[in-house]
Amino acid sequence: MSGMSRWWSGRVPRDLHPVAWWVWALGLGVAITRTTNPILVALVVSVLGVVVASRRGDAPWARGLKYYLVMGAVVIAVRVVLRSVFGGDVTAGQAVLFRLPRVPLPSWAAGVQVGGPVTAQEMLAAVYGGLVLAGLIACVGAANTLANPRRVLRVLPRALYEVGVAVVVAVSVAPLLVEAAQRTRRAQRLRGRPARGLHGLRAVAVPVLEDALERSIHLAAAMDSRGYGRRGEAPARVRRLGAAGLLGGMVGISVGAYGLLAAAGPGWVEVMTLAVGIAACVAGLALGGRRVRRSSYRPDAWRWPEWAVCVAGLVPAAVLAAGLGAGASGFNPPTDPPAWPSVPLIPAVAVVVAALAAVAAPPPRRAVTAGPGGEHRARAAAPASPPPPAGAPAPSLSPAVPP
Amino acid sequence: MIRFEHVSVTYAGAGAPVLRDVCLDLAEGELVLVVGRTGAGKSTLLQAINGLVPHFTGGTLAGRVVVAGRDTRTHPPRELADVVGVVGQDPRAGFVTDTVEEELAYGMEQLGVPAATMRKRVEETLDVLGIAPLRERSLDTLSGGEQQRVAIGSVLAAHPSVLVLDEPTSALDPPAAEEVLAVVTRLVHDLGMTVVLAEHRLERVVQYADRVVEVLGGGGVRCGPPAEVLVASGVAPPVVELGRLAGWDPLPLSVRDARRQAAPLRARLERRSVAGDWEPAQSPRAAPALSAQGVTVRHGAVVAVREVSLHLRSGEVAGMMGRNGSGKSSLLWALQGSGGRQAGRVDVGGRDPSRLRPLEARRVVGLVPQDPADLLYLDTVDAECAEADRACGPAAAGTASGLLDQFAPGVDGGAHPRDLSEGQRLALALAIQLSAGPGVVLLDEPTRGLDYAAKAALAGVLRQLAGEGRAILVATHDVEFVAAVADRVIVMATGEVVADGATAGVVTASPAFAPQVAKILAPLAFLTVDQVAGALAVRA
Repeated sequence: MSGMSRWWSGRVPRDLHPVAWWVWALGLGVAITRTTNPILVALVVSVLGVVVASRRGDAPWARGLKYYLVMGAVVIAVRVVLRSVFGGDVTAGQAVLFRLPRVPLPSWAAGVQVGGPVTAQEMLAAVYGGLVLAGLIACVGAANTLANPRRVLRVLPRALYEVGVAVVVAVSVAPLLVEAAQRTRRAQRLRGRPARGLHGLRAVAVPVLEDALERSIHLAAAMDSRGYGRRGEAPARVRRLGAAGLLGGMVGISVGAYGLLAAAGPGWVEVMTLAVGIAACVAGLALGGRRVRRSSYRPDAWRWPEWAVCVAGLVPAAVLAAGLGAGASGFNPPTDPPAWPSVPLIPAVAVVVAALAAVAAPPPRRAVTAGPGGEHRARAAAPASPPPPAGAPAPSLSPAVPP
Repeated sequence: MIRFEHVSVTYAGAGAPVLRDVCLDLAEGELVLVVGRTGAGKSTLLQAINGLVPHFTGGTLAGRVVVAGRDTRTHPPRELADVVGVVGQDPRAGFVTDTVEEELAYGMEQLGVPAATMRKRVEETLDVLGIAPLRERSLDTLSGGEQQRVAIGSVLAAHPSVLVLDEPTSALDPPAAEEVLAVVTRLVHDLGMTVVLAEHRLERVVQYADRVVEVLGGGGVRCGPPAEVLVASGVAPPVVELGRLAGWDPLPLSVRDARRQAAPLRARLERRSVAGDWEPAQSPRAAPALSAQGVTVRHGAVVAVREVSLHLRSGEVAGMMGRNGSGKSSLLWALQGSGGRQAGRVDVGGRDPSRLRPLEARRVVGLVPQDPADLLYLDTVDAECAEADRACGPAAAGTASGLLDQFAPGVDGGAHPRDLSEGQRLALALAIQLSAGPGVVLLDEPTRGLDYAAKAALAGVLRQLAGEGRAILVATHDVEFVAAVADRVIVMATGEVVADGATAGVVTASPAFAPQVAKILAPLAFLTVDQVAGALAVRA
């Protein structure tokens, strides 16, 4: 294959490997955790927005980024409110914005203050901290928007296959739950019951939950009858060994991590426990994987665009983690006294590099939503959910003329 | 291929077994039709074939079920996936992936079929089922018939030798049902597949069956050639009923067979015209109970109902037909006033139900939705009835339970509504909606999942309600039911009314919507076996 044709084969519309999107998004997430500079954080979120807008598919989950952004805004708001209620300490030179009435607390709650003066410095710190959290949420949201959650499941180690059942059922049943809730609310109106209050909640929740349970059981039965979780070639002894390895490894990792964090300094015992735990886990996953035998239809390809997207995401992570171009104040602009954050050139350029993912990734495949003659399904006939366009021709019925 | 050896199934907590000492031996390449009353144990029999009973459902299975040499005791469903393919009643509930192509491949992935073979088999399956144009479609956007074909394809791609279908056409309109059944018969004839199929509407499938297994009430089964089993069966399609009435031997199973034997019967009936029976009973000047003008319903950019005008008269049962998605449900909800309505007027006795409060609107127009369970949320039947009466005011005490007794005698008041049979649950929903005493009653797909006896009971109830002076509108796919109960038929397509007139005229105008008796006795205008019996009685 010549270089040129290989280049083109990377440009044909297809879905990028989901792992590439997750590496890219987590790279930006790592970058965000290294800074509280609002301009850098805003830059990262804009990069996420640009890439999502240009490379998302048209599946339902691909329209989800705005919900993650709303969630981020809520996080910022909650942080600001909490800080203004529980702050209330003023040191010299801080600008007081407003004062909340102070709530007297009993003596045993010393150290906790409710109400009091709220300073600009405190608010600024709250907003900066909130922005970082919101940025992280946006990173996860972007990955979920760009990568099909079910295709992500396929790259899970085979030994964790059972976890897959729960996730598939949840992913499939959740949208149906929303539809069932709408349908039930409408049906309850037919009984003349206002769907309000505890009574109304029960009238909707009981049928919806029963419906969801029934559907989950149906789906699990369908998956089972289609061969999900078939035994592979591995003998029972190997399977048990795999499970034991995984479990023991998990315990080892937990103990090791606890030791590392709790001890005054990392001792070699803790490091060894952690290492042995990780090794046992890996061995357990490998052994456990042998009990499941399955193949993959049209496995996701890993070509140069995947590498390019990964690199684009890892560049800002590496630059910010290494502190390149941090300047005197580092990546954390001073809040006391407040100063206009400067834009460090090298990290900003590194973040913009991540936007190249929008160019490197091939355009997504557009799902065909309705072909000619597409009618909507029987359920959609109920007005609870809007039907897709009905392009079906009229039936060959002669007008009503009784013979 | 499939062997049941003295199989008895008892569910946990049940007093009596669902299946009792069942022995069956189903050969390769047969199309086996499983029939029986609702709740007789058809689904249990089907699910025992791939081990879902008892591995998944619980309960105790005595005896042995052996499929292709594998005992279901030692092989759970997943270990039989390469031999038995199962498609449930609601195909959408069994979809695991997002698109048609991935769904077809899913089963093969689980079986570990090599990637190259999988690509080839997916293409083959797309062709066999005629769903190649749908390959990249999202599963949510498919119509009911397309979903059912994709579901069949998704198990077929794994090359099982047995295909088990549980009521594959119960939710489909007549053309979509034909489509699915055509695929099934092709699989039997071209690929030599063994197909086991349960179905309530026998008129659709019985002519294709090689063997019929009737599940009797007490847990036993009767098995044999279709004509033999159906002669004495508790469930029979109209063609068989007509054959029994006329004393034809051998019993015809298809319209073609019956028509060839029907010449003498037609001659006997010729002298009596029944056209007069189907004149509208009311004088044209009778004020309509409900009149709608230019009703339009939009869901987003899609116009579900387009400028529909229609009148329902007191004492009249109207049937509404049309394929899935033609706007029937949207229209019913708009007429009741709870659903959206973007334009037009609805007038019931001078009032517009959409302007009334829900509690008032249900006193004017009652609607039983497609899934009656949506209306129910309490633990017992009695509690639901009491709640319905309470909503109607203190004077209404006992109304709902009285109506329920009348529609479905002997329903246990302490039972959970989810545990009732389809017919009983429908009766409960109907009783609740009628407790408010509406003059207009709308029913959305009430015949789904009902067997012949339950449908006959429902027809009786609807005629009785019409006799009390109510106006009834029933949306349904069931031609035979419409022929039996409706005075008038409205046919909808793409949101418009394309036909509206007396039942006999409308249903005989198109073969797709004609009942079996009409096809057999054409050009005589008989629609149901009861009419034929009545005409013969008059002559005698």
